[in-house]
Amino acid sequence: MDVEGAEAAGSTAASESSVVICQLADPEGERLGPQIALPLNVGPLQLQEIVNARLNNEEKVPYAFYISDEELVEQLGIYLQKKKLSVERTLQIVYQPQALFRIRPVNRCSATIAGHTEAVLSVVFSPDGRSLASGSGDTTVRLWDLNTQTPLFTCTGHKNWVLCIAWSPDGKHLVSGSKAGEIIIWDPQTGKPSGNPFTGHKKWITGLSWEPVHLQAPCRRFVSSSKDGDARIWDVTLRKCLIILTGHTLAVTCVRWGGDGMIYTSSQDCTIKVWETSQGKLIRELKGHGHWVNSLALSTEYTLRTGAFDHTCKQYSSPEEMKEAALARYQKMKGNAPERLVSGSDDFTMILWEPANSKHPKARLTGHQQLVNHVYFSPDGQWLASASFDKSVKLWNGITGKFITSFRGHVGPVYQISWSADSRLLLSGSKDSTLKVWDVRTRKLKEDLPGHADEVFAVDWSPDGEKVASGGKDRVLKLWMG
Amino acid sequence: MPQGDYIDLHRKRHGYRPDHFEKKRKKEAREVHKRSAIAQKAIGLKGKMFAKKRYAEKALMKKTLAMHDESTSRRKVDDKVHDGALPAYLLDRDETTRAKVLSNTIKQKRKEKAGKWDVPLPKVRPVAEEEMFRVIRSGKRKSKQWKRMVSKVTFVGPAFTRKPPKYERFIRPMALRFTKAHVTHPELKCTFNLEIIGVKKNPNGTMYTSLGVVTRGTIIEVNVSELGLVTPAGKVVWGKYAQVTNNPENDGCINAVLLV
Repeated sequence: MDVEGAEAAGSTAASESSVVICQLADPEGERLGPQIALPLNVGPLQLQEIVNARLNNEEKVPYAFYISDEELVEQLGIYLQKKKLSVERTLQIVYQPQALFRIRPVNRCSATIAGHTEAVLSVVFSPDGRSLASGSGDTTVRLWDLNTQTPLFTCTGHKNWVLCIAWSPDGKHLVSGSKAGEIIIWDPQTGKPSGNPFTGHKKWITGLSWEPVHLQAPCRRFVSSSKDGDARIWDVTLRKCLIILTGHTLAVTCVRWGGDGMIYTSSQDCTIKVWETSQGKLIRELKGHGHWVNSLALSTEYTLRTGAFDHTCKQYSSPEEMKEAALARYQKMKGNAPERLVSGSDDFTMILWEPANSKHPKARLTGHQQLVNHVYFSPDGQWLASASFDKSVKLWNGITGKFITSFRGHVGPVYQISWSADSRLLLSGSKDSTLKVWDVRTRKLKEDLPGHADEVFAVDWSPDGEKVASGGKDRVLKLWMG
Repeated sequence: MPQGDYIDLHRKRHGYRPDHFEKKRKKEAREVHKRSAIAQKAIGLKGKMFAKKRYAEKALMKKTLAMHDESTSRRKVDDKVHDGALPAYLLDRDETTRAKVLSNTIKQKRKEKAGKWDVPLPKVRPVAEEEMFRVIRSGKRKSKQWKRMVSKVTFVGPAFTRKPPKYERFIRPMALRFTKAHVTHPELKCTFNLEIIGVKKNPNGTMYTSLGVVTRGTIIEVNVSELGLVTPAGKVVWGKYAQVTNNPENDGCINAVLLV
């Protein structure tokens, strides 16, 4: 930073002093070195260099900078002038690492695949992003060939609507639960069920969640929640139900297997329960909501879902290797802060918890005017998005729970949301038959994707970022590309 | 005059008589025989009444027995696959709100099948001008006959301002002005009370259209925003056409069928 350049910026800022004292800090508030005096013509690019140098990063990581929760986009001098801030105060600048890769927003429909004879109820990409599975009201699970965009296998076996499906984080199994309460494990390579259906639930399955791969590889255990008020832990190898988690007095709506080896269940009895997985003991009961709890999200959820796979499409030969890689990814994502949990409810609010530390809410997120149907943390954990029946998607700070912005544009209730792997884009599917892509940085609508003839029930953005799949009441599966 | 519960009081003081329970048992055991004797003896209306009462009692008893049986016998559960699959997060939600929403897919099919300008009432009886208008005499001597009063139901938009009465040729009576119509959706088979936006076409002539006269067969535009219809591009549809199916001037309300 030479003196001339600083003076040029200083003349635009119309001030005599040409430096400002800054303090860089990470999102958790950890300071990065001592305070530094920066010339006023320093912008985000130069700050990025400084942070990279101070952190001794081998490869340059892009950063975004925030001053009192507002992103810094111009030079410091111009910012100070705009905000009429004194140069004598110390400026607190928060840096947030951004994804190294950038995902192109989807903007066109690349294929409309017919095949299901009833509404498509769930669509999920495999953790490595190479295959796609969908469950439908015609009682089948279908696997799709993403290269040719044609149906690959039709898996029949369920007796009623297939409500939810889940891939194991190592991509070796696909599990699906139906309205009749049975669960079937499929082999994605052949499209055949591996063994008989798991029965035990008396009512329909509401959620499925696999044990994270960094806790056990290869994947064996998963947990299912049901309308009958129970959650059950199943073992794929032993082919039986290991533990029944009973305690909820009403239907369990959502279940998540956390990265610390705890199971979180939310229920219509207004509580969230935390279970331990070896014996199925109840550890904590989180109370705070005044009505049904609809949805749960973990700050590490995206990492847990994709396991060891990341944007580089690396393949792993042995389960141990995969476990190690997944653990490394999980640790990196989590940092030294505990796992955060957020719950969305019928009482129009959300609550941010830190179940590892306390049973009391960390923050209560209010603002929605209708029930919150789906909550989802961004892959880097910095953001939190919520979909509500009040036709809006709201964005919150994932660490403090502070409200950031609300995305308006849908004309019907928003059912599901999905993040792109780089946390820069957000996708929402709604009852108004459209999908919309929102830009988190500019806080605006990026793409409007009409095309479905009826309500969109399920959306998913593939972990490699190439494709988006959506399914709905019009019985077709649509693939979208950038 | 109530004599007090002297039996109860005695029982509380001294307990039951030693033979009380045996007497009770014997009386109950005798009851069936007594009843059958009555059943055999009773004839005529009494017999009929007795038989009817006994029949009702027996039916009730059978029902209760069957009800208690149910818990042991396995019944087949309703495991049929229903149409209209819903995702798990909508399964417990209210069904009533969903009845309003139309399936776009059905709409599309319907559109393909029928021509664009098919309406539910293709032909209507022509209305003569004498029937439509009444002559109003004006002037001091009531000798002028250029004013007309519309004797049918009209729709007058909210932005309408009257001309000075001197130049006002057509009078649309306030009592026959309507702003709302009962519109039936043919696929949903349900009716909504919707606001009228305008009169699109009166089959009797363009003049009636511009006057906003609503007779049988008239196409009106209604505000359907509360039905929650969306276009394929995801925008809310708010104006849709409907055809009037009744004679509003006779009925005092406008009934219409939505054209989909």
